[in-house]
Amino acid sequence: MSSKVKTPDFSQFPDANGHFGPYGGRFVSETLIHALDELSAGYERLRKDPEFQAEFDHDLAHYVGRPSPLYYAKRWSEEVGGARIFLKREDLNHTGAHKVNNTIGQALLAKYMGKKHVIAETGAGQHGVASATVAARLGMSCKVFMGEDDIHRQALNVYRMKLLGAEVISVKSGSRTLKDAMNEAMRYWVTNVDDTFYIIGTAAGPHPYPMLVRDFQSVIGREAREQCLAQNGRLPDALVACVGGGSNAIGLFHPFLNDEDVAMYGVEAGGHGVETGEHAAPLNDGIPGILHGNRTYLMQDEAGQIIETHSVSAGLDYPGVGPEHSWLKDMGRVNYVAINDDEALAAFRKLTLVEGIMPALESAHAVAYGEKLAKTMSPEQCIVVNLSGRGDKDIHTVATLDGIGIE
Amino acid sequence: MSRLAALFTSLETAGRKALVPYIVAGDPQPGVTVGLMHELVRQGADIIELGIPFSDPMAEGPVIQLAHERALAHKVSLSMAIAMVAEFRQTDSKTAVVLMGYANPIERMGYKVFAERAAAAGVDGLLTVDMPPEEAHELSEILKAAGIDNIFLLAPTTDIARIEKIAALASGYLYCVALKGVTGAGHLDIGAVTELLAKIKAHTNLPVTVGFGIKDGASAAALAPLCAGVVVGSALIERMVNADRSQPEGEWLQSVGALIGEMREAIDA
Repeated sequence: MSSKVKTPDFSQFPDANGHFGPYGGRFVSETLIHALDELSAGYERLRKDPEFQAEFDHDLAHYVGRPSPLYYAKRWSEEVGGARIFLKREDLNHTGAHKVNNTIGQALLAKYMGKKHVIAETGAGQHGVASATVAARLGMSCKVFMGEDDIHRQALNVYRMKLLGAEVISVKSGSRTLKDAMNEAMRYWVTNVDDTFYIIGTAAGPHPYPMLVRDFQSVIGREAREQCLAQNGRLPDALVACVGGGSNAIGLFHPFLNDEDVAMYGVEAGGHGVETGEHAAPLNDGIPGILHGNRTYLMQDEAGQIIETHSVSAGLDYPGVGPEHSWLKDMGRVNYVAINDDEALAAFRKLTLVEGIMPALESAHAVAYGEKLAKTMSPEQCIVVNLSGRGDKDIHTVATLDGIGIE
Repeated sequence: MSRLAALFTSLETAGRKALVPYIVAGDPQPGVTVGLMHELVRQGADIIELGIPFSDPMAEGPVIQLAHERALAHKVSLSMAIAMVAEFRQTDSKTAVVLMGYANPIERMGYKVFAERAAAAGVDGLLTVDMPPEEAHELSEILKAAGIDNIFLLAPTTDIARIEKIAALASGYLYCVALKGVTGAGHLDIGAVTELLAKIKAHTNLPVTVGFGIKDGASAAALAPLCAGVVVGSALIERMVNADRSQPEGEWLQSVGALIGEMREAIDA
């Protein structure tokens, strides 16, 4: 699938206005433009500042625990009987997922820009917890916007955020889920823009967010590249990562985009099956449009209204996707596939039993596709599956599906 | 000359200010919108901003968010909003009508199709909240060709370079957001607005209306001398929500529209 088109130098995107081809950009009310200009200017200055980069690298090493291992899942690979499968262990990061790479970066940005308060949106609560964590460490106040329905579904994470000193704000508008939490965080930001930094949790939103989230998450791919060369003496044949907003995927993919022989697979949430319409797979079954400040593939109806999504995994339950993924899809550089709820749950159980590693339900989508892909390849080949988070947070969901009540 | 340009010229000659109510198409139900538009005109509206319902109205405060939700509960779409304008135009060819909304429904319909249908229905202008000038070139060209004015927002944080950039693309009028916040917020600062308007007027000859935070006759009358017109949205919708729906339709419309009558009187006094 790789090297079929003459591709551009991916490291040069987005352009100055935040465009990845026709996608991305800055589709926000004039009231937010100044704040985004200020953020762009701050980031442009700091991304080249050795002091800022050194502090970021230091925190990744000593607070997050990087580099995360690239682990050869030998038993699982042999059972599958195809390519050798390596797991990039983002689940071993502090707070249990890749999210913290980005919140460390953005909170440092806030500190260097002199902002005293941070806000964040969250769906399942992982990004909220990662934001509350770094805010606690830097002594900043933190407000986390969360849909009312999600607050009920994720009581444990809500309590975690409160223990970390964050204020969790219940969002009662719209569908009362992640997309509405993002709307409400934007509204709060417009009103409190002078002293508040908005930490967006995924590689979406208005420019410069898709770029800066990608840059902070690219540590995943840079490490995986070095580790693969060190362990195997060559680059992997394929990369696999789950895609909701797509921050863990773009973080893994981006440092490999110019390596034409590395195939890439972004795995969306197929929910009850893409053919049923009840899913969260805009790159498989959506149409480009404008939401949350960027042009990208969206789940929308014929009138242009955003429609509700479904996935067993709360972290993938989002109607849009980062704009760089939309561009990579159209270019054919990355293949976007879907794994449905049942396949992801089976992969959750399998990896737990075979390797003693319990993946987050989000990551289980990548695990499931990784297995399918490995079967079509030979043992001389190797693939890297991004294990973006650990599954402890999902035990309750899985137990409920099993009909077991855990309190 | 466009209906909006003609309106502002004649208002200026008469020494009057434009009164611009905002309602959401189909709120609280599709059947009342055209009647409400006529009532607003009877009470003194010069321009009606008709909101296009959207699932994710990011710049709106709680009152207008709920208005969008009520309209969406009746599946009111951009097509239906355009049809409401066409119906309104059957008996009113004088009042200007501006559609105000978010980019995605327009993008989904297609810019060309939208412009043709809106122009045919008698729409005078479009304000796309989440389409700043950097992203608006294609749509601007198409609207211009269709004779629809393209109206942009200016914010307290908009600098002079942007004011000039926006004014170069805009026509009809400019909509100045009076405060850092969402629609219906309560912290209007007349001193800051005065400064902002002076800055804007130094860089464009387009008429400037002011909105966000105007609640009643007093706040409208305080702002009107500073600008070409005042916009009222949340306060009007709140009046509508609180009006007794059990009374006969005509009385209900009148009790809602009365806010515009009060504001008209206060501005003209």
